[in-house]
Formats: sequence, C-alpha cells, structure tokens
Amino acid sequence: MAGQSDPHLSIFSAPEVEFLAEDEVIEIVPNIRMESLHMICGDFGPFFPQIAAKVPLWLAVALKRRGKCAIRVPEWMSVERLTQALEAERESPREFQTLPFHYVEISRLLFDHAHDDIPDEYMVRSLIEDIRDVRFHKVETGLESISGRTHAVKLKNLSAMEVNIVRPFIIRTLQAFYKHDSPQMIQQPEATGNRRSQVADRGPRRDLRPR
Amino acid sequence: MASGSEPWSSGVAEEDALIGETTDVELLKRAWRNEKAAPEILQFQAALVLRAREQIQLLEGTVEEFVGNGVDDLAVSLYQMDLDRTQFLLRSYLRLRLQKIEKYMIHISKTNLWNRLSEQEQNFAKRCTDIMEKHLEQSVLSRLPFGYQSILKQSISSEEDDMVPEPQLDTFVFCKTRGDVGAFQLDDTGDEMVDLVADDLYVLRYKSIKGLVENGQIDLV
Repeated sequence: MAGQSDPHLSIFSAPEVEFLAEDEVIEIVPNIRMESLHMICGDFGPFFPQIAAKVPLWLAVALKRRGKCAIRVPEWMSVERLTQALEAERESPREFQTLPFHYVEISRLLFDHAHDDIPDEYMVRSLIEDIRDVRFHKVETGLESISGRTHAVKLKNLSAMEVNIVRPFIIRTLQAFYKHDSPQMIQQPEATGNRRSQVADRGPRRDLRPR
Repeated sequence: MASGSEPWSSGVAEEDALIGETTDVELLKRAWRNEKAAPEILQFQAALVLRAREQIQLLEGTVEEFVGNGVDDLAVSLYQMDLDRTQFLLRSYLRLRLQKIEKYMIHISKTNLWNRLSEQEQNFAKRCTDIMEKHLEQSVLSRLPFGYQSILKQSISSEEDDMVPEPQLDTFVFCKTRGDVGAFQLDDTGDEMVDLVADDLYVLRYKSIKGLVENGQIDLV
C-alpha cells in the first residue's frame, strides 16, 4: 500500500493533467496570416485573418497571449448548455453528466488566458464552479458506499482532474478494505494454517523495506 | 513500426491498427500515462521512442534552419513549443521507467520483467544493482553477524528472498476502456464480473486488468 502512495510514481500532478488537456482541439479565429505549421503533434493551418481554424489548446493560448487570435469558446461552455448540465447534474444523484474529460482544465485555461472571448464570463465561471461542486459532492457520497465487497468502482464520465483529486483517497480506501477482507484474514485456522504463516511472514518484512 | 528491432509483446498488432488514426505524440502520451499509473514496469515502447527521437531531431534541425533563414519569430517560437512538449513527454517517460527500475531493480532482474527493459535500461539496472550491493556490503552487511549478511534475505533461515521490494500488483488503478471489452472476470474464482463498455471509467485491481493494459484494450488514467 505504501508503494502506491509514492507521489512520484503514481499520481499525476495538476500541471501534468493540465499538460494533457492542452492537446484538446479548439477553434480559433486568427487575425494574422501564417503558413501551415507541420508539427510533431500534427499539421495545423494555414491561417488567414478572420477564418476559423482548429488547433490544440496550447497553440491557441500561445497565439492568444501574443494577441494574434480570438478563441472560440467551445459549445459546451455556453450559459445555456452549462445551465442544462447543472440541472441534470442535480437531478441525477448517482450519475455524472457527459462533459469533456478535461472540462475543468480547459475552462480554467480559457478563464486565465482568453476571458475576453467568453460571453457572460462571470455566469459561465460560476456555473462551472457549481457543476464541480455538485459532482464532487456526488463523489463524496459515493465513497460512503464502498465496502469490503467492493471489487470495482464505476465512475462513468468522471473528469481527469476529478479523478486526480480523489485518486489517493479511493485507492487507499479500496486497498484497506481489500486487505482486511481478504480470505487469509478471516477463514478458520485449520483451513488456512499454511496461508497464515505467509501473512505473518509478511508483517516484519514490510517494515524492513526502504519506504 | 518497421524500424523496431526489439522483440514485441502482443500489444503490437493492436498498436499497428491504431497507428493510422493517431500521431506518435498521442501514442507516447498513452504510454506515458500507462507507465505512470501502473505499479510495475511495462514493455518498453522501443519503436515509438525511436520514432519520437527521430522526429525531435528532425524538427530541431528545421528550427535551426528557420532561425538562419529569418522565418518569422512567431512560427519559430510555436515550433519550439511543440518541440519542448514532445521532449518533455519523452524525457518524462524515460525518467519514470528509470525510477521504477531503481526501486525494483532486483525484482525486475529476477523475473521476466527483465525482457521489458531496453538494452540501455538493462545496463542501467545492472550497474545500479552492483553499486547498491557494494554500498550495502561496505556500510552495513559486512559488519553484521554471519547469517545476516545477504542483501536478499533477512537471515540465512529465510527460505526465499524476502527482502526484495516488489511492485504491489494488488493495488487499485483508474482505467478507461478504449473499446467494448465485454463481460470481464475480475478474480480467479469468477464470482466478480464487470461489463466493460467503451469509454467507461472504472477503479479496478491492477492485477485483474493487467492483461488488458498490456494488449492495449484499456488505458490507465
């Protein structure tokens, strides 16, 4: 168990999750002319003023920061769609609505770098915050249902950042249950005499490991 | 794929089929993610790493040319960013593997996990083990009473090597199915089944889905 709590090996840092999100494709409207870019991650452009083009988010942000384009906010980030999502999110206490896997990071990057391109910025911001809160509350309630019988937890539509936040907790919980619920720990002594000694062996051994 | 010279696991056919629709960056990202989330070391993606290296070198050359030819600064800086991102991925992937090797070097060298390492990684693991053995020998083991001097065993009475750190395969991981896997058996006894549908997100025991990770049917997130 201790092996998995090593942050360097198993958990993505927030910047790393953001890094992954930056490859999501988004539409921009450039205000400059530029030839096609043939990059390792794909070919983009050519770019003409006022003609929309699809690029990865990192590229969009880079151009935006230099004042070379406007970013078209994705459809799911409109007040209308987010209001619907929030309602649906509230109405179904056991399910998560379909949002982009990186919705937290994408909206965050757009708020930080392209807030002037977002219509009704404050509304959108607070809607996304509300959605996050509702979803997170669901995760927390869901955690209460984990028991020794839990071999699998289904979290359909949970987003990347949400996964990353609950990961250490869920994993340790499941492991603790798994460990204490394993047949070695609860079966009758005669049937498990052999196994028991193994378990006993493991005790001191674990302490000696350099963790 | 043709440039690969390493022996390949069963994941190869799967990867070949997907290559048409994804870039090497996507593949590298997936390899990086899986490697990061998996408790044990996975098969080294030799061909992929080679291709990524080549593309990085190529782009480095192009960028230099651009600077010489006075291509506009904006494009150059964008290319540079693309280059930096790919390099970060590649380096982080390789570094992750080195961390795992350092942690589990003895276990890896004793099992068939050894074949998952690249040649350079195998050399690294050997040197690392040598140095560690020497260090422990000099600083501690040589001063312990007879019977307690092994780097692998707690004492001479231990039947097996009981001081070798091993990855915990029992741990739980977050995973996303790539296509429909169908009903999947979670444990040996067969009383735990899950129906894995495309794009589902699950928390499962690594041990039970190990095979799916190795042949690319499931991604760790």
